[in-house]
Amino acid sequence: MNSRPIIRKPSRGEGSPGDERQRWDEVSISTLVPKMRTLDLHAYFGQAEVLKGISLQIAEKQVTAVIGPSGCGKSTFVRCLNRMHEVVPGARATGEVLLDKQDIYQGDVDAVRVRRRVGMVFQKPNPFPTMSIRDNVLAGLRLNGERPDDPDALVEKVLQRVALWDEVKDILGRAGTGLSGGQQQRLCIARSLALEPEVLLMDEPCSALDPIATARVEELIHELRKSYTIVIVTHNMQQAARVSNFTAFFYLGKLVEHDRTDVIFTRPKEQRTEDYITGRFG
Amino acid sequence: MSVSHEISPLIRPRSKILTRFGREVNWGDFVFHRTTALLAALLIAALAAMAAAMVHGSAESLKTFGWGFVSSQVWDPVRDVYGALPFIYGTIASSLLALFFAVPISLGVAIFLSELAPAWLRGPVGFLVELLAAVPSVVYGLWGIFALAPWLRTTVEPFLARTLGFLPFFQGQQRGFGMLAGGIILAIMITPTISSVSREVLRAVPSALREGALGLGATPWEAVRIAVLPYARSGLVGATILGLGRALGETMAITMVIGNRSEISASLFAPSYTMASVIANEFSEATGSLYLSALAEVGLLLFVVTVLLNIVARLLVWRVAHLPQGGSL
Amino acid sequence: MLSRYARRKFMNVFVRSTCVAATVIALIPLVSVLYYVTSRGIGGISLDFFSELPKPVGESGGGMANALVGTLKLIFLACVFGIPPGVLAGVYLAEFGASRFGKLVRFSADVMSGVPSITVGIFVYSLVVLRAKHFSAFAGGLALGVLMLPTVTRTTEELLKLVPESLREAALGLGLPKWRATLRVMLRTAAPGIATGVMLAVARVAGETAPLLFTAFSNPFWSSGLNEPTASLPVNIYNYAVSPYEEWHRQAWAAALVLLLLVLLLNVSARLLVRSRVGAR
Repeated sequence: MNSRPIIRKPSRGEGSPGDERQRWDEVSISTLVPKMRTLDLHAYFGQAEVLKGISLQIAEKQVTAVIGPSGCGKSTFVRCLNRMHEVVPGARATGEVLLDKQDIYQGDVDAVRVRRRVGMVFQKPNPFPTMSIRDNVLAGLRLNGERPDDPDALVEKVLQRVALWDEVKDILGRAGTGLSGGQQQRLCIARSLALEPEVLLMDEPCSALDPIATARVEELIHELRKSYTIVIVTHNMQQAARVSNFTAFFYLGKLVEHDRTDVIFTRPKEQRTEDYITGRFG
Repeated sequence: MSVSHEISPLIRPRSKILTRFGREVNWGDFVFHRTTALLAALLIAALAAMAAAMVHGSAESLKTFGWGFVSSQVWDPVRDVYGALPFIYGTIASSLLALFFAVPISLGVAIFLSELAPAWLRGPVGFLVELLAAVPSVVYGLWGIFALAPWLRTTVEPFLARTLGFLPFFQGQQRGFGMLAGGIILAIMITPTISSVSREVLRAVPSALREGALGLGATPWEAVRIAVLPYARSGLVGATILGLGRALGETMAITMVIGNRSEISASLFAPSYTMASVIANEFSEATGSLYLSALAEVGLLLFVVTVLLNIVARLLVWRVAHLPQGGSL
Repeated sequence: MLSRYARRKFMNVFVRSTCVAATVIALIPLVSVLYYVTSRGIGGISLDFFSELPKPVGESGGGMANALVGTLKLIFLACVFGIPPGVLAGVYLAEFGASRFGKLVRFSADVMSGVPSITVGIFVYSLVVLRAKHFSAFAGGLALGVLMLPTVTRTTEELLKLVPESLREAALGLGLPKWRATLRVMLRTAAPGIATGVMLAVARVAGETAPLLFTAFSNPFWSSGLNEPTASLPVNIYNYAVSPYEEWHRQAWAAALVLLLLVLLLNVSARLLVRSRVGAR
């Protein structure tokens, strides 16, 4: 293990973590409040065990990246955090997943309610094709039978948050699928944000986007971190280094290492982590 | 900018009741599943009820005549004696005649549309062939009475009598109405069925086979004959059987042109009577429970035969083409 | 003697022409029917046709107003009986249909769609008409609805299965319960396609005659409500066509024209619906 920086975080413009670098060095995982925790989480697809006892803390109002080679279970892990894992027939999970100290896998907890508090953005942007941009944003509320007091204000506020308002404010009535890939993905993020979740899960949100759109989404994540706890799955290590505060490295269904991002990428404690980061596999 | 709403509880109080029924914690999911399942069961129930109703309705006739029903030619409402042989003959003969005309034509259409036609022609012509299926049966019957039958009587049947009159098929009085008219009109009506299913079957043949033959220097027709048709053969047979099933069950058009006389004759000019026609003509006026029961038994026979043919046909077609086996067939 | 190659080329052209000929032969009846119905039907179309009741033979000026209304009534009833159960059964098959029960449902639907329509008439006769001891529009509509049911079910199932799963995931991710996600997102997305299938089913059922012969029967007068026998276009065409009266033949052609236009309208709009959806993408 050497102390040479293996991946350098590129310095960014205003609002980058660089401003806080002074205080950041003193921070470690244990001092931050965990918004979510998993305790010995196992996940199965039928007989196959995909997650083998994951115990991990997700810090509040931080961005936690989940990285690892294909098939390591990172998507499955994140889908367990909002009980989307069990939607697939034959899938099940054991162990505890705590949201603010309450186990969401406990017997009488309603998965539907969990998903209101823990939102999700998917790999391929999936705006509802039968709805306009405006209706897409409001879809989460409307489909649940809720009526927002001032829908237009809500739509504007949420689209402003994802930096989409200026681009679409004149075409709110157009179909959601008529936008570019990056815009669609930001629309999907807006759609999730309209429900005011506490946690936002993002499963490889940029892998279907071009580099420019990717950069914009990453900027957005940076902004959102101030208000939401974010967990992002990514196979792109540079992306993890750019956007996250904490990184968890998964390998073959096990959690290998979890630490501050700068630690993971410059002085990882595990050999396998270093091997992955330096590109020796995966 | 922190969110200032009340954090909703994760637990729904009512759901405790439903966890006893299984995983469904949400009562909405429970009701949804059961309701849709109930309506799906309706389909099974409808089919079963149909079969049961037909058997029940035929019970009296089945008991009275037994097997003699299908072998007896006597259909006499006055004496209350019933035998369905003339109708069985009429149905089978008219359907086979229809196949005789329709299969080559449908196959030609299918091959034309799927293999030989230029791309721009396929859409419109395909649409027109499907339009053949859209015309209601009774409209075909109307056309049959006033256009087809006179044409047969004045032009076709005399011609056939002159040239092929030594054959028993083309003897007897030429009325226009009769077996020939019935066969032709049925052929027209089953052509879109056979040809569209055949098209699907031919389309399902992997193009690699076709291209392999072409690559060896075969002409387009040879590629079809050598590579495509053998592969598709069982599917094409299935399409034909589907057409046969449709022909057997066809009612209105054939009733209007076939003459409705229960006699068995080899001549195509002679009138005949089909199972569906006798039901259509006599059911609403049938008096006496045995009469009604006999008609119901005719219906039962028709039902059983078409169901069996349908199953066989779908198995054959499915083997080749993995069709979405929908009601469009 | 032709060379081998020339013979093969000739064969190719010969078969090609034969197939073209077959196609032409197949389409001749269509052209003929359209020609006859239009030319002979136009003559019978008049204001009387749409507004008058049938008059006794010999009197002029009779119409088929009651049959037109009757057909509309029957189509409406058929939709009520056939569409809601059909769509929901199709939803069941798409969502939960992998079980043995689902296979049985699918099998029943496929078998039912191949059964002769007159058999359905006998079925509804024994179920409804015998018990009520009279013919009724209700019975006729039920028969037509039963005819529509398998088609609507299978169409719904096929089209729901085509909707990408990512939309369901998006809906679930937003905190929708499964049933809401299915109904309000998946079904809604598949709706235009399902509407097309339903329109085609209605078109087929609108022209059906045989099952009506002993369910809705016929009626020379207005039929009020749903519990009386009712005249309908197809049954009238049949009765008038086989009658010996010239005047009735004329009316039969006119009715055939109206019926054909109705059926063609439904068919063409259904296909246009498909095309516009695809274009919008």
